[in-house]
Order: sequence, then structure tokens, then C-alpha cells
Amino acid sequence: MNDRVMRVQDLAVHFKLREGGLLQPKTLTLKAVDGVSFDLDAGETLGVVGESGCGKSTLARALLALVKPSRGRVLWLGEDLNKLGDEALRKKRQDLQIVFQDPLAALNPRMTVRDIIAEPLWTFFPKIARVQVDERVRGVMKMVGLLPNQVNRYPHEFSAGQCQRISIARALVLNPKLVICDEPVSALDVSVQAQIINLLKILQKKLNLSLVFIAHDLSVVKHISDRVMVMYMGRAMELSNREKLYRKPLHPYTRALIRAVPVPDPKVARAASDTGLTGDMPSPLDPPPGCVFHTRCPYSIKRCQLEVPALRRMEHGDWVACHRAEELDLTIVKNG
Amino acid sequence: MALLEVKDLDVGFDTPEGEVHAVNRLNFSVEAGETLALVGESGSGKTQTVMAILGLLAENGHASGQAFFKGKDLLRMSPSELNLHRGSEIAMIFQDPMTSLNPYLRIEKQMIEVAMHHQGLKKAEAVAHAVEVLRAVRIPDPERIIRQYPHEFSGGMRQKVMVAMGLLSEPELLIADEPTAALDVTVQTQITHLMSALQKKSNTAIILISHDLGIVAGACDRVLVMYAGEAVECGTVEQIYYEPKHPYTQGLLNSVPRLDQATERELETIPGNPPNPLTLPDGCKFRDRCPQAFDACSEPPPMQVGGDRHPFRCWLGVSK
Repeated sequence: MNDRVMRVQDLAVHFKLREGGLLQPKTLTLKAVDGVSFDLDAGETLGVVGESGCGKSTLARALLALVKPSRGRVLWLGEDLNKLGDEALRKKRQDLQIVFQDPLAALNPRMTVRDIIAEPLWTFFPKIARVQVDERVRGVMKMVGLLPNQVNRYPHEFSAGQCQRISIARALVLNPKLVICDEPVSALDVSVQAQIINLLKILQKKLNLSLVFIAHDLSVVKHISDRVMVMYMGRAMELSNREKLYRKPLHPYTRALIRAVPVPDPKVARAASDTGLTGDMPSPLDPPPGCVFHTRCPYSIKRCQLEVPALRRMEHGDWVACHRAEELDLTIVKNG
Repeated sequence: MALLEVKDLDVGFDTPEGEVHAVNRLNFSVEAGETLALVGESGSGKTQTVMAILGLLAENGHASGQAFFKGKDLLRMSPSELNLHRGSEIAMIFQDPMTSLNPYLRIEKQMIEVAMHHQGLKKAEAVAHAVEVLRAVRIPDPERIIRQYPHEFSGGMRQKVMVAMGLLSEPELLIADEPTAALDVTVQTQITHLMSALQKKSNTAIILISHDLGIVAGACDRVLVMYAGEAVECGTVEQIYYEPKHPYTQGLLNSVPRLDQATERELETIPGNPPNPLTLPDGCKFRDRCPQAFDACSEPPPMQVGGDRHPFRCWLGVSK
């Protein structure tokens, strides 16, 4: 049995928006995340995929208690992060780190690489000796493939890929147990993207890190994840073992997403038919009743328009939120 | 005669740090009805190539060489001459739909401008035409949509509006700069399908700039691979994907994570980073990252043409 590090139960983050004029103010609720549950083990990678606006990044922030949930709990090593006092929560943050999408925007342009990477150390251990800091900074720089003699440089002197390595080094400097990666490679060129994915895989094994890897690119997620959660309009549609999800998904939305990924092979790509997904995602301020996906789902029936499908457990520990999961065979046929 | 023929295109920028060579000695051509992909990493000169052709370089930029569109050199034209072609015979879909639509104007105003200017249509006719094109790109309820402002749309809708604007005049040449980069996969396929459907209808030539090798595989006939401002390989999609000859093309293809391959394998990478355009290396510009580099690579490599119309710029296989 693996060690469970994080347990998320029925997590919801709703934002209140004010609309209308002075005379007729009305408050709308945006359900950015609505009823997401999952467990995460030590050393495990959970991929989170979905289209833009599906709540991936809000989920990331909620997992780190950077935003208060409207409902549900985030348990870190058995403790509810949102019940902790400020100081206790701050201590916990040593274990919980994040790597952002845009590596240049995430680094302070006026700080040297040493100061960027060392900042978490100063914050958590104000009395730490300079030698120790330098040693630790050099250590993580080596670990992420940066040259320790670059410590006095500034972010603009590095390429995007190297900046992402700096971000990763900063995330690792406190020896965290969980790193949340929010679209860490989507701003990078393919050749560099592959370097960063391989680096994250190696680091994870070496340090027994748990990773939550958020991305919109399903092929990237496939390469790094053990299990994958598919989100749509704030809800988890499916949470399955990686191999299973890409071979025989349980949810029609998962299938549509997978089939939409262009394959870099001219014959396969030309033979590929349309994904069957039409239209845009409905407005999150006015989600459809019943299953949120029913407006775009090719398998939708009457029940889907009326009743919200619960995320329920299937065979082999996979989860799905679809009324018709048992009767549909969504196996993905290879080669178009 | 090719619809567009680019010869020895050089694009440079004067910067306080020195001259940046964005594009060097680039040659390519596009036939009517075909789709050519410009592929390469950021900074490889893809966008500046088409900006130079359209006379849209930034103020500190300068282009030399020739770009014949239907036999006339676009690089020798004055802005007013260029304006006869731009927006009517040659249209461009820009990369970022948020910054290339005017936030203060309704879509309607932005869409009919082109038709009224180039085709001399009356306002009502132009609006009717715009609505028709919006419907063609499968925008629901176009009569209502056209009265809205860009901020009222999702990213996918905005990009569809951009595509619609590119197609308004049924151009002979459509240049699309990363038209799907900011979009979700589900919308990406819709957009590329749209472009190819409309291409078939009016025999439009398309230059598609993309870094996404998946999109290119499905949407293009020929591919031009660029590295550090140079063409390193050019061929049909089949030649490029099934028999890549240049080590850079090979590396690029191998570093793409693919859904249809085993995941246990570690992704191959191209070590290092693309070179700084201010200080390009002598000889082969890919040399420092190339797994097959050898002594000869310190000299600029020749473009090996061969008999199969699949040229590549490399010393490999050149007999001394």
C-alpha cells in the first residue's frame, strides 16, 4: 500500500460576481471548481486535463489553500489545510510547491538566480547561514541541469527552457513532498518541452515527489502521469489509470478530447475524422442543467438533461461521471 | 508559375546590441491551392518571413531579396501599391486574436471595412456578405454575433472571427500565423478543417506557420523547416515525416510526445537551446546541438538538392 499524502473531498470553489447596474444589482455565481474528489499517493503523478476555463488552475490554487473552498476539504497528510491557523499553514507550505506556466513572468527580473532560488530558504529559515544557502542552491541547480556558475545571472539572460529549470529549482529547494505544475511546458518549444518533461520524471523518481501535472495537452500528460483526471466546466468527468484512459476511456468527453489531438503522422492525421464535438463550452455562469457536457455529447439521452451524474467508482479504481458509462464502449481505435 | 516565389530573402533588424539576422537567404515558393507549412522553434524566423513579404516589418527591420506574387515583386512595392494586394488577394490571420481585433469596434465594423474598401460594396451588401462568411465558419447566430464586441467572445470564437476575416475577400494567398496556437484541441481541429474546406472551394494557397507538428501533418502538402533564420529542409509532408534528412528535423519529430506511442520510452530531446540571433555561430547553425556534427560542420553546409525535390542543408552524405 502506498502512502496517501493528499485527499481531496467534494472540493468546490465558487466565485461571486456582481452584474447589472446600480439599480438592479444581481449576484452571479461562477462555479470554477464544483465537486472534485481524488486521492494522491506519495511518488504518484496525477495529470489534470481539460479545455481552457474548465477550472484546472483554480483547482491548483485550491489545493495549495491559496483560495478558500466554498465546500469540501483538502486533506494534507490527514490535516484539513483550511482549518489550520496562518502560522501552521505557512509551515505546511514547505511541503507544497508550485511551478507556473510562464517561466519568465514567474521570476522576478531584478533578482539573481541565486536570490530567486534561495528566497524560500530565507523565508522559512531566517537564521540559516550563507554557506548553507549557497550549498543548497548549488545542489538544486545541478539537479535541474543548470550550471552552478550561473548563480549571479538574471532571468533575462536565460532562455525560456532554462527559466523553467530555475522555477523548478526554486520549487525544490525546500525539499517539498508535492509539486503542482500548472501548464509547465505549454510556453516552451517542443525540443525544450521534452527536456523539461524528462527532467520532471527523473526528479520525481529520485525524490519520491508527488506531482499534480496540469496541462491542456493530452500527449504531454500521457507521458508523465500515472492517473489522469479530466475536467469539464469545473467538474471531474473521469479519473482513470493512464493506460486505461487513453485506450478505453469511460467518458464521452475524454474520448472526444483524445480524438481531437492531432497525430504527427500525415497518413493518420488525414484519415482522422472530426471529433464529433461541436460548439463551444457553455458559459460557466449559466451551466446547463443535468450533465454539464450534455449539450455537446453525441451520446446524450433524456436523463442527461435532467439529472447530474455523480462521480462514481468503477472497476479497477477508475472514476467516471456519466449515466451511460456501463453501456458505452468508447474504445479508441488506433490509426484513424 | 508559382503564385508566390520568394528568392534570397534576408531580414535583419537594427538593435542597440547590433544587427539581428532574423532570416537568411530564404528561398521557397507556393502554388495555387496548396498549403505550405513553415515549421520551426520560436525565433527561427517564421513570422518575420511573412511580415517581410507583406511589408509589415517593424521600423528597425529591413528586408532584401525578392518576393514575386503573380510575377510582381512585393518587396519593391510602395505601401499604396501593396495595399492593392493586402487584404484582398493576400490575407493574413494573425497569431493572437485578442490583440489583433480592435476592442473598441463591433465585429461588424471591422469585417465590412475590407469589403467596402476593396470590393466597393455598399454597407448593407458588405454586412450581408460578412454574415454569410461567419456562418460558413460555423459561428452560431451570426446576425447577433456581428453586432458584438471582441471581448464578448471566447478565445475560440475570436479566432474563428479572425479566420472569417481572412476569408472575407476569398484571397488567393492566405497566410495564417499560428492560427490555432492559443486554442484548445477541440477547437483547433474545427479551425483547420474550416481552412481546408474553404481552400478547396476557392483554390486558395495557404502558408501555415506552426510549431505544432500534429496540426501540420494533417493540414499541409509541403513543409519548410526553418532553424535560426535558414531553411534547413523542405519537402512534401510525407518526405518530412517519414524520411526526414536533416538531424534537426529528425530531432524535432522525435521530441514530440505522441498519443499513439508507448509512454515508457523517454522522450528524445534536442540538447541545448536555439542560438542567439545576435551571435549566430559560423558554419552550420545547428552544429552545437547536432548529435551527428563532425569536422566539416564548421563550414556553412550546402543545400543538397538531389533528384527528389527534397532539399536539405547539411554536410552529411556529401562526398569530399
